[in-house]
Amino acid sequence: MIHATAAQMAHALSAGEITSVTLTEQHLDRISQVDDEVHAFLHIDREGALEQAATIDAKRSAGEKLSPLAGVPLALKDVMTQKGIPTTCGSKMLEGWRPPYDSTVVTKLKSAGIVILGKTNMDEFAMGSSTENSAYGPTHNPWDLSRIPGGSGGGSAAALASFQAPLAIGTDTGGSIRQPAAVTGTVGVKPTYGGVSRYGLVAFSSSLDQAGPCARTVLDAALLHEAIAGYDPKDSTSINAPVPQVVAAAKKLDIKGLKIGVVKELSGAGYQQGVREKFEESLEELVKAGAEIVEVSCPNFDYALAAYYLIAPSECSSNLARFDSMRYGIRVGDDGNRGAEEVMNLTREVGFGREVKRRIILGTYALSSGYYDAYYGSAQKVRTLISRDFESAFTKADVLVSPTAPTTAFKIGEKSDDPLAMYLNDIATIPVNMAGIGGMSLPCGLAPEDGLPVGFQIMSPAMKDDLMYQVGGVLEAALLEKWGQPLLASSPSFGAI
Amino acid sequence: MALNFDQALEKYEPTLGLEVHVELNTHSKMFCGCATEFGAEPNTQTCPVCLGLPGALPAVNGKAIESTILIGLALNCSIAPYSRFARKNYFYPDMPKNFQTSQYDEPICINGYLDVEIDTEEGKKTFRVEIERVHMEEDTGKSLHVGGSTGRIHGAEYSLLDYNRAGIPLVEIVTKMIPGTDKYAPQVARAYVTELRDILRSLGVSDVKMEQGSLRCDANVSLSPRGSGILGTRSETKNVNSLRSVERAIFGEIERQATRLESGERIIQETRHFLEESGLTRAGRSKEQAEDYRYFPEPDLVPVTPSAEWVEELRATLPEKPSTRRKRLQEAWAVPDKEMTSLINAELLDVVEETVNLGADPSKARSWWLGEISRLANEKDVSATSLVTASQVAEIIALISSGELTDKLARQVVEGVVNGEGTPREVIDARGLKVVSDDSALMAAIESAIAAQPDTAERVRGGNIPAAGALIGAVMKATGGQADAAKVRELLLKHLGQA
Repeated sequence: MIHATAAQMAHALSAGEITSVTLTEQHLDRISQVDDEVHAFLHIDREGALEQAATIDAKRSAGEKLSPLAGVPLALKDVMTQKGIPTTCGSKMLEGWRPPYDSTVVTKLKSAGIVILGKTNMDEFAMGSSTENSAYGPTHNPWDLSRIPGGSGGGSAAALASFQAPLAIGTDTGGSIRQPAAVTGTVGVKPTYGGVSRYGLVAFSSSLDQAGPCARTVLDAALLHEAIAGYDPKDSTSINAPVPQVVAAAKKLDIKGLKIGVVKELSGAGYQQGVREKFEESLEELVKAGAEIVEVSCPNFDYALAAYYLIAPSECSSNLARFDSMRYGIRVGDDGNRGAEEVMNLTREVGFGREVKRRIILGTYALSSGYYDAYYGSAQKVRTLISRDFESAFTKADVLVSPTAPTTAFKIGEKSDDPLAMYLNDIATIPVNMAGIGGMSLPCGLAPEDGLPVGFQIMSPAMKDDLMYQVGGVLEAALLEKWGQPLLASSPSFGAI
Repeated sequence: MALNFDQALEKYEPTLGLEVHVELNTHSKMFCGCATEFGAEPNTQTCPVCLGLPGALPAVNGKAIESTILIGLALNCSIAPYSRFARKNYFYPDMPKNFQTSQYDEPICINGYLDVEIDTEEGKKTFRVEIERVHMEEDTGKSLHVGGSTGRIHGAEYSLLDYNRAGIPLVEIVTKMIPGTDKYAPQVARAYVTELRDILRSLGVSDVKMEQGSLRCDANVSLSPRGSGILGTRSETKNVNSLRSVERAIFGEIERQATRLESGERIIQETRHFLEESGLTRAGRSKEQAEDYRYFPEPDLVPVTPSAEWVEELRATLPEKPSTRRKRLQEAWAVPDKEMTSLINAELLDVVEETVNLGADPSKARSWWLGEISRLANEKDVSATSLVTASQVAEIIALISSGELTDKLARQVVEGVVNGEGTPREVIDARGLKVVSDDSALMAAIESAIAAQPDTAERVRGGNIPAAGALIGAVMKATGGQADAAKVRELLLKHLGQA
């Protein structure tokens, strides 16, 4: 039943219509059939997954009370540590590293009985928007194998879109959950910063990184969201407050009287025609459902991308300093004659890819004495201004909306030599990370000009993640009714690839 | 031409700056739950956090914050209602993350002072040392360089890394520039570190063992030509591992810098390493080109925001200042200055106070600890307090007062306790060290002594009281020292008609 939703699978499992072992085998079979083409996974943990599935089945037969998603399989982005399982972050640097500990997200997945199939491909250390920056080769978009699946979490999104897993974990620093969701016709949610523990998430940019759920429906994302969210004393930046009731919100299917703000700066010029069309059609659906559309202006969003490319590289230059070959990962040039510093240099030269090096250099420069105030300092001020723009916008609207990405999936290789063009993909997603609020992308149709999926972004105030689920649930239901079937049912990846 | 200290001081005025690193004695590390025990097997007190494994995150040890605030309060600092951690970025194999989580421009305690007293030619004099900041950070691991002749990295074949120390909470206490100490600079520095150590010990926040590195001092010295008002280039001396070394290092550095300046050379801004044997310093890393640590606020930690109420609660728990306590005890015990200094230098003040609190006479307690017990400790090259406890000493002193032990017997009891023969009471029983107080037994011994030395007895009878000493000695010998000499004397003189 690989084409079912996670909620349907969970229902079938609890009704005894299928076992978790069978469900897991079906997905493992699907992976063997299609992943040579898609390359969503970097590592498949067949044995571990089946063992975990069998444990859940045994518990279920013993009559134990299980979590809602117990027995449902999931794909884990290779940036989260899982004890004993290779974790590469898409980098050669960590080739062969098996972490000795579980990330908090993995601990929660395991305790919820969710079966972890394996680790998914990603841009190296989550830096990129196409998954082309993986040291292990690109992932292909299941809608069109010659195109990118978005990034950095292209592996997780592609796994969902090609029915290799019904659920996946992503991480989102500037759009790495939402932009892949948009270009693969799936749902991806970046929770409020601090909503999900970052412990065990290999850091790219600590103040922006946030793990979140990836799925094929809003409800599935909500179910996974509740399974992984919550305060964690191991992550000082995690929020010590009750998890927003996102499952109830996704099921509410009512937005009458809700004010939806369209961000003026996140539409228009630079956005593909078909993207704009599908976005506007979705607004009409929301109006039909009883919402009021208002236009809001966030003038400082124009500086978001520039500020992001100072803050994220600055933090990454420090976060990635630990990859020095001393304690884990690869080691290059240790011939007994070279000193530690030389071995560190050689290892980092070989272990890091071009984009990672580019950002380390950018960040090192931005933090340097004499440049700090002009670069890192100014970027932090912009960040404050962006937060104020959001605060002001949220006085006029309950949630804000925009297209998730300015274009549909582009061709593999198309933007590889133009980092700036690549960075522009995240223009609509980055402000959410800068302000630490919640953001969701869900499919809103296919662009007429290329037949590729378009993503609709919903942004909700910090710790009001339930609002975006509420609106997302309504839009999804309206579009389903309009189309008569889920968007992915029209994808070539629905069948054999 | 080399200038000696006095010559140097004739021409130059020193300015000091002292940075003290203190390892807190919290049970767990600064940012993780790992144990902090000194001397454990290498790399047994580590976890993903203090090894800096990918994905691991720090979480602040609340006890370390409390200790740091206590230190700040004891040093008369203001406690910042908002302070932040920052990352200090540099590569070194013993630093797991290749950045140290420290505090930079937003430290937790600022603007304090510590008054220190030194002995001068004009009597006691107090110097106020101003404190710039007290901040928190984490310690690094340790590198062990193997194969070289010096134990230094240069010439080593390979290096071993021990991360047990990585992440142990460190507090750095930085003074402002200390001018005006003149020829007392070495003494002021020593007195400051001593007073600081005593305060930290009284707060119970650190083991403050310089030899184990739980208290480390970097001494900055610069000289300016007398009366010029121009501050010279400073050097920073590290590896100063004892109080005496603090004094010697500054003494030596003043001589070295003055000699260089005198011969027309300039002072290089650099770190120098103190050499224990010679009292000299060796050049280390040059700081002429300031390293760029690219500090920025630590995004993995939230700001530290102690409430005013909490700070006041902590202030209310501050113990008596060591300087106040010393004055109080000296008065209460009526101890001369010199002996008080001996007690303090021998680090016996605490144990003597404890002994007195257990009922012992202050002068007896002092003389036992400074005398016999210290002598045994020196012999064994251990600390006096590791040999016997205050309560054992108090018990022995009580037994002397009640006449059950003589001083001589008591020394044997102490020896027995030190040798692990048990409690004082057990040693007395096992060794049979009872004072012979049975008059008839003593009388028998006295009569034997008189019979053996009839002439001496005759002289005593004739009024030559001092002659009795020989007879008393004979009695004491016969009773194996277990008789109370005063009692013997009394009985003997009475027997010979002289009482």
